Amino acid sequence: MAAIELKGVVKRFGAITAVDGLDLEVPKGICLGLLGPNGAGKSTTMRLLTGQAVADEGEIRVMGHELPGDSKEARALMGVVPQLDNLDVDVTVEDNLAVFARLYRVKDVSAAVDRGLTLARLQGRRRDPVDELSGGMRRRLLLARGLTHDPPLLLLDEPTVGLDPQIRTELWSLIDGLRTRGTTIMMSTHYIEEAERLADEVALMAKGKIISRGRPSELVAQHAGRETAEVYALPERLAEVRAAAEAQGLKVRPAGPAIAIVGAEKATNGVVPPKAIRRAASLEDVFVLLTGEEAE
Amino acid sequence: MRRLEPAAIGGVMSREVANFRTFWKSNTFSSVLEPVIYLLAFGLGLGSTIVNRVDGLSYVEYVGTGMVATAVIFSSALPAMFGTFVKERFQRTYDAILAAPVDVEELVTAEMLWIGLRSGFYGCFPLLVSMFFGLDPAPGMLLVPFFAFFTALGFAAFGIAVAASVVKIDQFNYVTTLFITPLFLVAGTFFPIDQLPQGLRIAAQLNPLHQLVELVRHACFGFEATDLLRLAGLMSFAVVLWRVAVHRMEKRLID
Repeated sequence: MAAIELKGVVKRFGAITAVDGLDLEVPKGICLGLLGPNGAGKSTTMRLLTGQAVADEGEIRVMGHELPGDSKEARALMGVVPQLDNLDVDVTVEDNLAVFARLYRVKDVSAAVDRGLTLARLQGRRRDPVDELSGGMRRRLLLARGLTHDPPLLLLDEPTVGLDPQIRTELWSLIDGLRTRGTTIMMSTHYIEEAERLADEVALMAKGKIISRGRPSELVAQHAGRETAEVYALPERLAEVRAAAEAQGLKVRPAGPAIAIVGAEKATNGVVPPKAIRRAASLEDVFVLLTGEEAE
Repeated sequence: MRRLEPAAIGGVMSREVANFRTFWKSNTFSSVLEPVIYLLAFGLGLGSTIVNRVDGLSYVEYVGTGMVATAVIFSSALPAMFGTFVKERFQRTYDAILAAPVDVEELVTAEMLWIGLRSGFYGCFPLLVSMFFGLDPAPGMLLVPFFAFFTALGFAAFGIAVAASVVKIDQFNYVTTLFITPLFLVAGTFFPIDQLPQGLRIAAQLNPLHQLVELVRHACFGFEATDLLRLAGLMSFAVVLWRVAVHRMEKRLID
């Protein structure tokens, strides 16, 4: 039995179809990165899984429970870390954890609070109001709050959005620890590095659908080949290089002020200028090629 | 999982208690001072100069007992309206709670119960303050917290339903002006409603606050047989508004 199964799921908001025939299966014990640009339908998918949105069509099962009917049972088995900080800011760190331990029916609330404080490395701040914590501490507390009941499934919605690199790395270590312990994780993100660093598998989502899925290295090999050449030049020269590369059937994508020729190892006849910077193909190349969006 | 699980309701209420611990002092301060100000202004000011006795009661006794209803509506409908809107829209508290095994019905029920308990407690403050101004204690007063609780449940549900129906927070001004202020004024708190035109007298009978005012006065000065009907009316008001609040919140919180 998979931890999460979505079959032909459709969710519309008026004229907008946020999720459009989504098929997705997340086996137990893996970390799946749901990678896509803003507006791809990732957050709506997360809300469908927590029962906060109801699908117009299709089937959803979470930990064997069918949604929306058995949504409460499913939610008892999952932890959720939202994109936006919704901690109670006037309340102490330990009370924030204790409330959620009760909501998740944890028998030993005080042990759950201690566990959460240890996980968030906030033992010394247990009686401080959340308002007095730094951004990174709050984010760690948010993660610990979602884990007060030690759930087998964790949903992370853009877990590090808006955080500075140091705090992001800190959180990645925490999430990596959970993955190592065998917690099934589904993580939506639009950060390529986050997906590459944490996810066993990546599902690329665009316009409400999964457009490709696999291990990051498989996706790169399948869609971007081995090598990418970044060419920096004046716009007219870039246009010439692009035209020549595309004439050879190579994929070219914008890369800031440059263009990136994907699958550059297949290029012939000097299509790749000698001054081009050659590097290994990356998930970013795949992301941009498949979604048409600039990566973050 | 069952509907209306005590563990879920208790969990949501424990969040309210944790938050309340951070602002109980200011809340209690205003709950004590407001009836003192009203009693000084209306009871002693108006009572000693213009109005002597109303319905056989001194004006302090009349206003002091009526003020329970004022305390109840202002400690239930308004916190429910603003609190619900802020938690839903700005703090995203409900997103966090509903990601746990709690459904909207349990969430609304817990919010109502907490506001009801708080109002049941703070609703008694005008009576306690009135005792310092000459109101004699009576055994029936022990029932006042229960009357205040049931009335507050209805008004809490009203506030939650309103918060789940408006788009912007400033739309609460319409609700306050069109509903809360008239309900508060035509409740028989400051003047007897039998002095009003017939249409307003009938409307006042449908006003839950008026029924609460009558129940409180009777609790202080002697119950009447119709008081059971009044209590049943207040309970029905709470049940109907509870279902409306759950329905409106489901519409608002579940896409």
